[in-house]
Amino acid sequence: MPTGACYDEVETASRDDLGTLQLDRLRWTVAQAAGSPHYAKVFAEKGLSADSVRTLGDIRLFPFTEKQDLRDGYPFGLLAVPKDRVVRLHHSSGTTGMATAVLHSKHDIEQWAELVARCLYMVGMRPGDVFQNMMTYGLFTGGLGLHYGAELLGAFVIPMGAGNSHRQIEFMRIFGTTALHIIPSYAMALLGTFEEMGVEPKRDLALRFAVAGAEPYTEGVRERLQQAWGIPFYNCYGLSELCGPGVAFECPEQNGLHLWEDFVLAEIIDPESGEPVGDGKEGELVLTSLSREAMPLLRFRTRDLTSFLSGPCPCGRTHRRLARFQGRTDDMFIIKGVNIFPQQIERVLMSVPEVGTNYLIVLDREGLADRITVRVELVPEAFKGDLAQLRSVQDRITHALRGEILVTPRVELVEPGGLPHREGKAVRVVDEREKGP
Amino acid sequence: MIQQLVVFLENKPGRLERITGALSAAGINIRAIHVASLGEMGVVKLVTSHPDAAHQALSEFGAVRKLPVLAVRVPDRPGALHQVAATLSKAGINIENASGFAISGSEAILILEVADVPAAERALTAAEFKVLDEGEFEGAVG
Repeated sequence: MPTGACYDEVETASRDDLGTLQLDRLRWTVAQAAGSPHYAKVFAEKGLSADSVRTLGDIRLFPFTEKQDLRDGYPFGLLAVPKDRVVRLHHSSGTTGMATAVLHSKHDIEQWAELVARCLYMVGMRPGDVFQNMMTYGLFTGGLGLHYGAELLGAFVIPMGAGNSHRQIEFMRIFGTTALHIIPSYAMALLGTFEEMGVEPKRDLALRFAVAGAEPYTEGVRERLQQAWGIPFYNCYGLSELCGPGVAFECPEQNGLHLWEDFVLAEIIDPESGEPVGDGKEGELVLTSLSREAMPLLRFRTRDLTSFLSGPCPCGRTHRRLARFQGRTDDMFIIKGVNIFPQQIERVLMSVPEVGTNYLIVLDREGLADRITVRVELVPEAFKGDLAQLRSVQDRITHALRGEILVTPRVELVEPGGLPHREGKAVRVVDEREKGP
Repeated sequence: MIQQLVVFLENKPGRLERITGALSAAGINIRAIHVASLGEMGVVKLVTSHPDAAHQALSEFGAVRKLPVLAVRVPDRPGALHQVAATLSKAGINIENASGFAISGSEAILILEVADVPAAERALTAAEFKVLDEGEFEGAVG
């Protein structure tokens, strides 16, 4: 266990040393990727190999990897090691055609735990801390990802999972929880439960900090949470394609997220042209894995819009900081911690003969919880003239959507032509959550 | 047997107004109207003059259906609906929906929605009720 300010000395390595390490690892990654059916084909077509990489800039010789490549290659098309070397699967929500499978070797799982331990150490976690992990366990990376990192660090880990508010608070009290991993909207919702239970977190609990994950939230919400809970909330970034949470993480400065550049090689591009944007300019984050064995990814387009903050961080870490995320270049949205693409909803609606495919997804809050409403037009011919039939269509759609997106939506049937038809690209998602508290 | 128009609408302010506006513009008279709602969904049932023209006028609102219903002329006095209900009950016919209105000092018209319209019509006619066709209905309410 490290005793200094940093968990791993690589966190403060000079930029030159970091560059050398990145180049070595990039060559290794390209060689490793050649073992997967997807990259074997790409490399053959373009005449590329590990020998093509002489400088870090040579990454631009390689084509981007898109989310669609992972869907097309589902489930094993990007696997670069024999299947018997895989020790874990993580998986997106969504059925065939939309799903992505992320496969991990033993090395990958260990590496990920190291990364997470580094993040948690950075914000002050030490052996003896009691870490209550309030994320969903299972195929979703938020649960197990932080779990193994915290255990590796030597914390006392409570694998609570999501939900069950009274029990969450009871456990905080009984076990003296000092650190949390929590979805911001849930942290907001728990404030009501505190009141109900007569618990004042600042007085009655031993909390020291929280890691906020799985969904974007505004700076205003963070301030409210920090005020009400009386602890700092640190932001965490990750994506399941590159392991999960821990790819970038805030330090105690709370000013940008250190992107672990020994683990990923980052580019920020203009999402239209694919060309790099200038220093400090905003664009789409593109990541190349540098230490992933089972499923290395080259130039993966995250669709997340951000920029690098300039200048060194007062904390002394040399890994560059990502500015606050400014949204996405696609229409994916996150609700209750689950990533959802409108196309998933569209596919379900297409399988229901009574409705058309003109639909609108409205995201808002009911009290403090996220809510998703799917509005869809009834097909004129399908109307039989009674409400009971409409209700049964509504129920059927709700059930089918729940199976696809793992969240129960409200479904509203509207009359044919009742939704706005627009010229060009249809607006499918209206997010009204930012207007909330 | 006459035709009833059934329209699916969102249960929101202004939706019914669109329907009544379209009918008014087409010079169609509404004889009976019934609105039912479930959450954000609403169903409007209308008995109108000129049902075909009314159907045409409402078709731009999307989900519109013509459903046959029975219009029964009864004396406007206590027990009239009871006799109709008893007749249908004896014939094993369930009334799905019903409404009624007086047309003069002494008579009323009942609008009945049933699953098997011809069977209900036969049962009522056999019990000597007056079941109106389109022309008779227009004549009675006009």
